[in-house]
Amino acid sequence: MFDTLDPVLLARIQFAFTISFHIIFPAFTIGLASWLAVLEWRWLKTGNAIYAEIYRMWVKIFAVAFGMGVVSGIVMSFQFGTNWSVFADKSGNVLGPLLGYEVLTAFFLEASFLGVMLFGWNRVSPRMHFAATVIVACGTLISAFWILSANSWMQTPQGFRLGDDGLLYPTDWLAVVFNPSFPYRFAHMIVATYLTTAFVVGGIGAFYLWRRKHEKHARVMLGMAMIMAVFVAPTQLLLGDLHGLNTLKHQPAKVAAMEGLWETQRGAPLVLFGWPDQEAQTTRYAIEIPKLSSLILTHDLEGEVKGLKEWPRDEQPPVAWVFWSFRVMVGIGMLMILTGVMALVLHLRKRLFSTPWFQYWCMALTPSGFIAVLAGWFVTEIGRQPYIIYGVMRTAEAASPVGSQPIALSLAAFVVTYGVVFGAGVYYIARLIAKGPAAEETVYGDHGVPKPPLVAPRLTKKGGRHV
Amino acid sequence: MFSLEPFLDLPLIWYSLIIIAVLLYVILDGFDLGVGILFPFAPSDTCRDRMMNSIAPFWDGNETWLVLGGGGLFAAFPLAYAILMPALYIPVTLMLLGLIFRGVAFEFRFKAESSRRIWDYAFHFGSLLATLMQGMILGAVVQGIDVEGRSFAGGSFDWINAYSVMTGIALIFGYALLGSTWLVMKTEDATQDWARKSASYVLGYVGLFLGIVSVSMPLMKASIRELWFSLPNVFFLLPIPLLTAALFVLIWRDLHTGREYRPFFMSIGVFLMGYLGLGISLWPWLVPHQVTYHQAAAAPESQSLLLVGTAIMLPVVLAYTAYCYYVFRGKASHESAY
Repeated sequence: MFDTLDPVLLARIQFAFTISFHIIFPAFTIGLASWLAVLEWRWLKTGNAIYAEIYRMWVKIFAVAFGMGVVSGIVMSFQFGTNWSVFADKSGNVLGPLLGYEVLTAFFLEASFLGVMLFGWNRVSPRMHFAATVIVACGTLISAFWILSANSWMQTPQGFRLGDDGLLYPTDWLAVVFNPSFPYRFAHMIVATYLTTAFVVGGIGAFYLWRRKHEKHARVMLGMAMIMAVFVAPTQLLLGDLHGLNTLKHQPAKVAAMEGLWETQRGAPLVLFGWPDQEAQTTRYAIEIPKLSSLILTHDLEGEVKGLKEWPRDEQPPVAWVFWSFRVMVGIGMLMILTGVMALVLHLRKRLFSTPWFQYWCMALTPSGFIAVLAGWFVTEIGRQPYIIYGVMRTAEAASPVGSQPIALSLAAFVVTYGVVFGAGVYYIARLIAKGPAAEETVYGDHGVPKPPLVAPRLTKKGGRHV
Repeated sequence: MFSLEPFLDLPLIWYSLIIIAVLLYVILDGFDLGVGILFPFAPSDTCRDRMMNSIAPFWDGNETWLVLGGGGLFAAFPLAYAILMPALYIPVTLMLLGLIFRGVAFEFRFKAESSRRIWDYAFHFGSLLATLMQGMILGAVVQGIDVEGRSFAGGSFDWINAYSVMTGIALIFGYALLGSTWLVMKTEDATQDWARKSASYVLGYVGLFLGIVSVSMPLMKASIRELWFSLPNVFFLLPIPLLTAALFVLIWRDLHTGREYRPFFMSIGVFLMGYLGLGISLWPWLVPHQVTYHQAAAAPESQSLLLVGTAIMLPVVLAYTAYCYYVFRGKASHESAY
């Protein structure tokens, strides 16, 4: 019944679905872990209970998001084999150790100390608890380091040779790990996760201010988020520009698709909007700004920019996806910078926490970071097609010898499962937000005992507790 | 280029490391999957809260050993990974789906009110499905996989047959034994009494299935028969079944004399013996009777690089894992987590 479907296409859709679902959670938890560490540090330093209350509210949200990130991440570690076994066989010598290092240096660290972070309040000293939070935050960053290194190597491979047996062999590990696109991708992604978290936190803070609930906590949330918007959002623009120039050097076809440029030309215009038509090899209804593309990409009004027609059609990425995703990402980035400017102006007028329209604005931008992160990954991953390892191995050659039927069925199962899990996760996070900070007494399952320990003290081993 | 090949038998070291990672996974996630298997049979919701709390700080770390097993196989033996994963496409996917449902249940259950029952069952059936699939994967791999050249050449449903179903059910009882003896150690009062009863009940089934697997393995392959029953070998290998039998007797006695800690560690002993027996029978295959660990090994440069990291990081990982178990020592309460 599924035999008419192309197994490679199904495998690609499945991978796109499971990885897109997965990236939502790290995009949030990497930033959140670092923010929680800052909160706990402020709390230990100032003794201000507000910070502890905010921490306790967000650590529960962190736990839900982290749990979903873990379970969807375990899936990823098997997908290389189930759906892309030829790729796994050929690239295992190079990529395997990077993923091995990710498990050894990051996953265990996060998983083990998450237990202390969530359940260790009454079991370890405050300093040790703070250490656990910092360790979890470091774990998320180390994990990002390795997986982005592996991804970047697939985009800009180097430090390897092709063996006589068709397998890839490493020749220089430092060149593999620190491949040309890695530093840019790493910086761009980490900053993206920080901004994603900041806009979620800021949006929730604005929501409380609008509802006139938990106002003390909300000021801290919105205030800290806006510090990020003011300073980090413009930084991201700079990092994105550097990343783009790096891509221009190593993957010019991707940049041509992002720009919607078909003809190689000097003084290339910036296509603001338009409809890329791959059939006709042209961008229809284009609204252009003359020479701006050359200026941005070559920092010279008359610089030459390569167009997509430089590559044969079977070497071109699907242009419309890349073109539009790029505009969504950049558009959201601009809105974030604008938010920072507005926050600065309102702050100087001492109206940051009391301007209703700004509260609506921040609430509306709550999910913006997720959309931008997904759009950014669409740009970079679709933009490198038709290659899985750029210039070395095509995606079509990488697939497992598995028929369409199991792939289609498992895809359907993943869609249903993730739909249920995601729906429930969002629902429970929404409920935690509705409850708000400083709601210790109403946490479920406490049976009337405030702030209970997870494990009863050893002294009560034979005590009169009954079940 | 940096390589430890001249000094070390790298494939052998990595084969051992993967075996150890999988063993640690089986033991550690085994007990928390076992708790999930027993979950709906507990006498009260308070019991269930305690059961959940007894594993909540650990399950995440435990499951990471599975990622190390999978990731380590990819890194050290990419060929075996590339053959096994497509061959086990459906059971691996079902196992992952089971792990997803049980994993999210930890967080959702304590936050749910009216829908709590749903996550109780998600936890139970997720654990059950993941365990059944792990057991069936074992049964399928033991029987052998069709390979042509460097890839899997069989059908999508090769992994289902009476034997793999049997090993699947066997593992459910095995994990239930680990789970129930864990609860004997980590809970008290009514929960502990119930766990003790469950453990002695499950123990009989574990013995039965261990017997079936032990008899069937030599019957399946002449080489395995030869290995176990040829003359000098039989004396070297005899301690394995004898020790296993002794462990069963000791667990039974301890469960009926009120011991709290020993049954769990002796259940681990039973798993160790079974695993050892299996390992001896399957040596030196990674994909049984098709690909040995030597044939599947990654380039020495790759194995060397990761070995350096493993030599440094694995002791560290084990140390802080032990620290986390130490932090959460003692009996689990039924109260809210955090």
